[in-house]
Amino acid sequence: MNDTSRLLVAASVALCLSFGSGCEYLRQDMANQPKNRPLSPSEFFVDGRSERPLVENAVARGALADDELFLPKDSNNFPLPVDLKLLERGEERYKIFCSPCHGLQGDGNGMVAVRGMKRPPSYHQDRLRQAANGYFYDNITNGFGQMLGYSAQIPPRDRWAIVAYIRALQLSRNAKAADLPAELREKLNQGATPAAKPSGTNDSRGGSF
Amino acid sequence: MAQIFHRSTNFIARFSVYSALFLVGVALIAVLAVARSPYMTRQNISREQPLQFSHKHHVGDDGIDCRYCHTGVETSAVAGIPPTKTCMNCHAVLFNNAAYLEPIRESYRSDKSIQWVKVHRLADFVYFNHSIHVNKGVGCSSCHGQVNQMPLVFQANTLLMQWCLDCHRNPEQVLRPKDQIFNMDWRAPDNQEEVGAKLREEYQLRTTAELTSCSTCHR
Repeated sequence: MNDTSRLLVAASVALCLSFGSGCEYLRQDMANQPKNRPLSPSEFFVDGRSERPLVENAVARGALADDELFLPKDSNNFPLPVDLKLLERGEERYKIFCSPCHGLQGDGNGMVAVRGMKRPPSYHQDRLRQAANGYFYDNITNGFGQMLGYSAQIPPRDRWAIVAYIRALQLSRNAKAADLPAELREKLNQGATPAAKPSGTNDSRGGSF
Repeated sequence: MAQIFHRSTNFIARFSVYSALFLVGVALIAVLAVARSPYMTRQNISREQPLQFSHKHHVGDDGIDCRYCHTGVETSAVAGIPPTKTCMNCHAVLFNNAAYLEPIRESYRSDKSIQWVKVHRLADFVYFNHSIHVNKGVGCSSCHGQVNQMPLVFQANTLLMQWCLDCHRNPEQVLRPKDQIFNMDWRAPDNQEEVGAKLREEYQLRTTAELTSCSTCHR
């Protein structure tokens, strides 16, 4: 081999080594910038978190508008207009956050409760059917018994949507066919014979969305 | 004056020049292939976690919705790793004396975060936003794979820019109806192209030119 080819071989070997195994990810510095991304660790703060805990009594921007949503525990008012949109939102949020324990129908037989927790009370018992709206809101916010508060996971507006949906669940067990609008009643009459659903099947569990 | 080199050296010289060029080519291809291999992208490699949390159990067996823990996914750029308290919502009562879960209880008592190992790592110059994807019809499993079947989470896709662009160029192939976004078992129907095109209109996705513009993802 002459000098030129030797040089070429050496260069290509060097290229292989420096790119192939030298630097992980073949990345440049811009891929690892000296900045914090959400939840990234930090050496700057003693507790190692770049995410700083809130100063006590801090109020998030825009959160003042939520003031009207905070009702006392014994209040039976409902601070939002109740429409289908709110109920659907409530249903969705209920399925995410509540159904694992309380079950899809609110009987307290959700999948997680079935795993061996003390079962939460059914929403369909008299005590809870008489309870004020604020009672449910307060329990979602601050927790009750074994249930820890959900204020960090569910914003106030969604909590009220869930309260509305729980009310709808409660009503569903105590509604008369006569209360339905004419068209729905007809549908009910048509479907009554074949769709006589067995109650308390897996459908009411939280495990099968 | 006599020739210094024998005639045969012509061949040797040519051979070494061409083979050197060939080697450089092979080396380049090798570098690119390695860069795209799971060795570099870490695709399909499960990571050990400080506590071997199983998505298969919590999502697959228990049916807990993604959003129970990843609460930010619909409203912010990051889906979020839940605080230890979210674990305690159930495990304060359930398996509350299992040695396996001691790191959780220790973290809750001492207010020290559990340092979960990041599985999906994007370069710092990528400004990925979960909420826009979730709200415009891209489901979790389209990128993350079927997490409900992963005892330990691994990266189901390469996360290479090429992979992002595959979808940004032709989002119709993955768009789902709104109520299927968090369904881990969703499969594209046979007429996905058709449904996707309709959904693209309904969700008012931007044009392909805008979706593939540099500043859509890089700022």
